[in-house]
Amino acid sequence: MRVMAQVAMVMNLDKCIGCHTCSVTCKQTWTNRPGSEYMWFNNVETKPGVGYPRRYEDQERFKGGWTLNRRGKLKLKAGGRLHKLLTIFYNPELPSLDDFYEPWTYDYEQLTTAPLSDDLPSAHPKSQLTGRDMAPSAGPNWDDDLAGAPEHATADPNLTGLSEQVRMEFEQAFMFYLPRICEHCLNPSCVASCPSGAMYKREEDGIVLVDQDRCRGWRFCVSGCPYKKVYFNHRTGKAEKCTFCYPRIEAGQPTICSETCVGRLRHLGVMLYDADAVLAAASVPDDTDLYEAQLSVFLDPHDPDVQAQAERDGIAHDWIQAAQRSPAYALIKQHRVALPLHPEYRTMPMVWYVPPLSPVTDAVHATGYHDDDPDQVFAAIESLRIPMEYLANLFTAGDTRPVERVLRTLTVLRTHMRAQQLGDPIDDELLSSVDMAADDVEDLYRTLAIAKYDERYVIPKVHAEDTGSLQAQHCSVGYPDPVTAPSTHAADTLAATGGGSQFRDDDGRVRFNLLGWNATTRAPNLFGEGGR
Amino acid sequence: MSAWDLWWWVILPYLALATFVVGHVWRWRYDQFGWTSRSTQLQERVLLKWGSPLFHYGTFAAIAGHVIGILIPESFTHALGIPETAYRWFSSAAGTVAALGVIIGVAMLAYRRTVIPKVRATTSPVDWVALVLLGIVIVLGIIPTIGVNLLGGGYDYRESVALWFRGLFAGNPDVAAITHAPLIYQIHATAAWAILAVWPFTRLVHAWSYPLWYLWRPFIVYRSRVPAPPSEPGTSGRRWRRIGVRY
Repeated sequence: MRVMAQVAMVMNLDKCIGCHTCSVTCKQTWTNRPGSEYMWFNNVETKPGVGYPRRYEDQERFKGGWTLNRRGKLKLKAGGRLHKLLTIFYNPELPSLDDFYEPWTYDYEQLTTAPLSDDLPSAHPKSQLTGRDMAPSAGPNWDDDLAGAPEHATADPNLTGLSEQVRMEFEQAFMFYLPRICEHCLNPSCVASCPSGAMYKREEDGIVLVDQDRCRGWRFCVSGCPYKKVYFNHRTGKAEKCTFCYPRIEAGQPTICSETCVGRLRHLGVMLYDADAVLAAASVPDDTDLYEAQLSVFLDPHDPDVQAQAERDGIAHDWIQAAQRSPAYALIKQHRVALPLHPEYRTMPMVWYVPPLSPVTDAVHATGYHDDDPDQVFAAIESLRIPMEYLANLFTAGDTRPVERVLRTLTVLRTHMRAQQLGDPIDDELLSSVDMAADDVEDLYRTLAIAKYDERYVIPKVHAEDTGSLQAQHCSVGYPDPVTAPSTHAADTLAATGGGSQFRDDDGRVRFNLLGWNATTRAPNLFGEGGR
Repeated sequence: MSAWDLWWWVILPYLALATFVVGHVWRWRYDQFGWTSRSTQLQERVLLKWGSPLFHYGTFAAIAGHVIGILIPESFTHALGIPETAYRWFSSAAGTVAALGVIIGVAMLAYRRTVIPKVRATTSPVDWVALVLLGIVIVLGIIPTIGVNLLGGGYDYRESVALWFRGLFAGNPDVAAITHAPLIYQIHATAAWAILAVWPFTRLVHAWSYPLWYLWRPFIVYRSRVPAPPSEPGTSGRRWRRIGVRY
């Protein structure tokens, strides 16, 4: 057993209102540069819908992720190493910009410089690739809220296998939103596809990043990722991807998409997992076993053996404590209400989803019943094959049983909390139908419904105690050189409030180190105190 | 040997070689961020599908042909017992196949780069220089290969151009050998030196990053977060451009 830690995310889809605030703040933070116009590290898709890029889930075409070879060993779906080197001059699986969209802006200057006329001047769309006039015909949310559903929604790859009539009924029956970021997988196929070795998974927090200085633009990561969450910057010729806002995570802050989420549907927390078990779990023969296999990789942070091994493997004590309080662990492993997105890609994704109950309750409404009645909802869960199979295609490789179990749990949660608030007696039969005690249900309710900021985001800070000395080397005027005299800072660092720290300099004076200071508190001893 | 010959066939090649070496050292140390193939497959894939493999594999064959024809001395193939006619037949036949691959490939690539607006927009000025030089080298390499050696009477560059070229690396270039070569070979050689001189400053540097290491390395790369000292001002190389700044 080799214990590693990963900061994982869980999204509660019932709470997503499709406002795209996460996408917009993410874009403002990360992808507002030339060449990254079409990149959406975070996007919100309407389901059913084609997704972004268009039909990215169609792995028969894009060949993303892993598959099993004839001997049952894991291999990249797009072909092996030699095949990649031979097709490096033309990557047959790479989506073209048409599968995304041609980015454009508007000629706003025209609005103020147009000559006086009876007609209002208009701002023409201009391509951000060529600067020429263009007519936008696709965009990142072209099928938002089921717009153009007869054309777009029926092209959803998750609907293959459902009959034509069922598809149309389905599209009229309900929709929900699916916010997507990079999955920061345990077994990332983008990393495995990168010929340059520029992509890597961080040992400390599991975040998958691109080293822009090592990327040579061979673009196999773009086609290798089944979620199509690695993008190719057409101006710099380098790959870019969701960074899980690592500078914020390092500082103990949630990602910007989580921070600004209006529905407060995102949970961030540490997951401990057994790195030695990942390959075997990703190689189980049956696609529908992948969900359980991935669950078996996660370790219980309350288990003393796991804690001891984690300490031996260099995981800091505060990270183990954070793993015990992790909302991700609670939702994924403890209550088992979160499911992975497309486990059949065998990448072991680490952004999980609580599937939406709303498609079912919508259907119950449509049949004239009230969705407060758990019997009606249960009956709907059993009889409504369409949303079950669709959700199962998204989250469990087609196995409807885990989806049904989660939706039953959510129904019991609602019924139990409603009864509690109305002072009705606790229905033990109902609770035992999902194998939960009243305490479990109420704990799940707190996590899903009323968890505050520091309960939704349990993120331990990165351990970077030695970076201060390096950072200080540019401000060494009048101070001891931290490189030639490293002991002065490292040994004498004193804790201070507000993220900063204090240290004793050569003169024996206590000074304040502004690195990490968040300006919410005073900065004592900024100019030196005591000593000579 | 005139001063003109000295400049053209000795000083210029050595200058180009020096620029090639120093330029690469500088670019490698200063501009890792700009070191990329800068693929345009995202923008255009129909022409690239055929043009790019044809050009690249054709170029590999052409480079192999130059190694055989220029770097390996004629005496060596004679010692192996390969008659001149057999060598001539092989070089013109294989050279023609390679030349067709290169010329068809480069024609498709040049077309998409000059005509298709999305691709044209990604081309930096120094890439235009490299493209023009590549065009000159390719056309002036193919005319002798097909026109002279395959269809015409043939010309034994191994007794002129090759002697001078190998002499450059021995520190004793045979200037007379190249000055008596046909003009077409002279321009071909000069344009080739020019390409070497601009090479480190163009996207051609991606040639040295062909990722052979990928065949052996583990699939999943882990890296720990190491604190790096901030670089001295002005030494951190090319970075993200500000919004609104053209490439």
